[in-house]
Amino acid sequence: MSKETNATMHARDMQKLTAAQRVMKFFSISGTYLFLGLMALIVLFPFYWMIISSLKTLDEYRMSTPTFWPRVIMLSNYLDAFTTASLGRLFLNTMYVGLVSTILSLVITILTAFAFARLEFKGKETLFALLLATMMIPGELFTITNYSTVTNLGWINTYTVLIVPFLVSVFYIYLLRQNFLQIPNELYLAAKVDGTSDWKYLWKVMVPLALPTLISITILKMMGAWNSYIWPRLVANDEAHRMITNGLRNAFTETTGDVNYPVQMAAVALVSAPLFLVFVFLRKYIMSGVSRSGIKG
Amino acid sequence: MVDSKQQWKAWLYLAPAIVLLLVFTVWPIINTVRMAFLENYSGLKAAGGATFQFGLGNFEKVIGYRRFVSCLKNTVLLCLLTVPISTILALLIAVALNSIKVCQKALQTIFFLPYVTNSIAIGMVFAAMFNIVGSFYGTQNEIIVTAGIINNVIQFFGGEPINWINYGSTYEANMLVMTVYIVWNALPFKILVLLGGLQSINKQYYDAAKVDGTSRRRIFTRITVPLLSPMIAYVVITGFIGGFKEYTSIVGIFGEKMGPPDDAGRLNTMVGFIYDALSTNSQGRASAAALILFGIILVVTMINMQVSKKRVHY
Repeated sequence: MSKETNATMHARDMQKLTAAQRVMKFFSISGTYLFLGLMALIVLFPFYWMIISSLKTLDEYRMSTPTFWPRVIMLSNYLDAFTTASLGRLFLNTMYVGLVSTILSLVITILTAFAFARLEFKGKETLFALLLATMMIPGELFTITNYSTVTNLGWINTYTVLIVPFLVSVFYIYLLRQNFLQIPNELYLAAKVDGTSDWKYLWKVMVPLALPTLISITILKMMGAWNSYIWPRLVANDEAHRMITNGLRNAFTETTGDVNYPVQMAAVALVSAPLFLVFVFLRKYIMSGVSRSGIKG
Repeated sequence: MVDSKQQWKAWLYLAPAIVLLLVFTVWPIINTVRMAFLENYSGLKAAGGATFQFGLGNFEKVIGYRRFVSCLKNTVLLCLLTVPISTILALLIAVALNSIKVCQKALQTIFFLPYVTNSIAIGMVFAAMFNIVGSFYGTQNEIIVTAGIINNVIQFFGGEPINWINYGSTYEANMLVMTVYIVWNALPFKILVLLGGLQSINKQYYDAAKVDGTSRRRIFTRITVPLLSPMIAYVVITGFIGGFKEYTSIVGIFGEKMGPPDDAGRLNTMVGFIYDALSTNSQGRASAAALILFGIILVVTMINMQVSKKRVHY
C-alpha cells in the first residue's frame, strides 16, 4: 500500500519537474531564437541596404525619412554603374588573372605536395618544416622586396606581375599534402608493381581522389584574385590591367561634389554578386577550406 | 636506401615551387632584413650607386615618427576592441546555434555570409549607412539632407544624430564605426571554427551535467568553455594576427585617405605606414617597420600561446 503511494508520488514529482522544465525550456529556446534572429538581422542588414539603395532614385535615397522598399525600381542604376566604373573590363581582367593563376598554382601545388607526400629525398622533413615556418611571416615583409624585384624585371603593369609572385602558397601545399597522405600506401605500391610511373599514378589516382581539396583551393584562390587590392594597386594600376576591387574603389573615391550613392551601391552589388553565386553553389568546399586556414582569400 | 634517380625525380617535382619561393619568399626575407639595417636605404638612391651605413637608424627614425606612433596606436586599439568583442559574440552565437535544431543550417549559412564578401566593397556599404548625405561633401559648408540610415535609427529611438565619418567627425566616432565593421567581418570565421568545435564535444559531459541538475550558466562556464578552449585560443590568436595587419577594411570605409576628409591619415595602421614608406621609396624605413610588425605579431602570438597553455584544458 505505502509502497504504491510512494511510487505514484514519485511519478507525480517527475511530471511536475518536467512541466516546470518544459516552461523553462520554452523560454530558453525562444530566447535563443530571439538572439539568433536579432544577430542574423544585423548580419544581413548591410546586404539588404546595399540592394535596396541600389534600386532607388537619387532623390529617394536622399529623403530625410528613409524608405525600406524603393518606390520606383531603378534598374538603370546597374547600367550606370557598369559604365561609370567600366566594370566590364575590370571583370575580364580579374577573371583572366584569377583563372591563369589558379591553374598554374594548382599544378605547382600538386607537384610539390606529391613530392612531400610520396617521394623520398634527403632533407624532406627539414625542408617542409622550413616551408611551414614562412607562413608566420606577414606578407608585407615580402612585398617591400618583391616590389623592387618586379620593377627590376620590368613586370610593372603586366598580367605577369599579378600572377607569378603568388603562385606558390605554402598553406595550399600543406593542405594537399595532408590529403595525399590519407590515400593508402598500398595503392601506391600496387601501382608500382603494375609498373605505373609516378607521374601517371599522381594524375590518374591521387588527383581524382583529392578532388574536394583541389576544389577548395580553386575557390579560395579565385576569391583571392577577386578581393586582392593592395598588391595590384602597387604594381598594376593602369587601365588595361586594373583589378575589380581597385577599379571599384577608384571609380567612387569622391573628390568634390556629390556622390551618386544608388549607382555606387549598384556597382558594389555587381562586384559582390559572383562571390555570392559561388557561395550558394559551393558552400561546402569554401567552409571546409576556410575552417582550416583563418586566412581570407 | 634512397637511390639517386629517385632523388633527382623528387627535386624535379619540387623545382617550380622552389624557384618561385627562392625569388619571392626567401630573397625578400634576407633583403628586408638587410635594408632595415642600412640607414636611410632607398631603392632609387641605391640604383644611383649610393652606399648606406649599417646601423639601427631606420628603427630609430620609424619609432620617432609621430605618424608611426599614431599608426601603432590605431592598430593596437582596433585589435584590443575587435578581438574580444568578436570572440565573445561568436561564442554566444555558436553556442546558441549548437543548441537548436530547427533552422540551424539556414542560420549557419546566414552567419557565414559576411565571409564571402569583398572587404572594400562592403566597406563602401557601411560607409553609405553611416554617411551623412548632402551636397558639398567634404567641406565645411556641408548641407545635410539625410543623416544616413544609422542616424535615422538613432533618431527613431529618440537619440541625437552623430557625425560618424564625415567632415569634422571625432576620432571616437571613427573608431566605433571601424570596430562595428571589423567585428561584422570577423564573426563568420570565428563562428565556423567554434561551432565545429562545439559539435565535436562528447555529449556525455552534458548528459552527466543534466543528471546532476547543473544550471545552464554553470554548464557553459564549467563544461563548454573549458572543452572549447583550444578553439577559442585558435580564433583569438588568428584574430590578433589578422588585427595587426588591418588595412583594407579602413580603405573600404574611409578610402585611401585613411581618415575623414579634414584629417587624412588619422586612422592609418601599421600596414598602411609600411605602404606609405614604400611609395616614397624609403625601403629602409618600410623594412624596419615591417620587422617591427613581425616582432609584435610574434610576441603577441607567443603571449597568447603561453596564456592558452595555462588556460587550455587539454
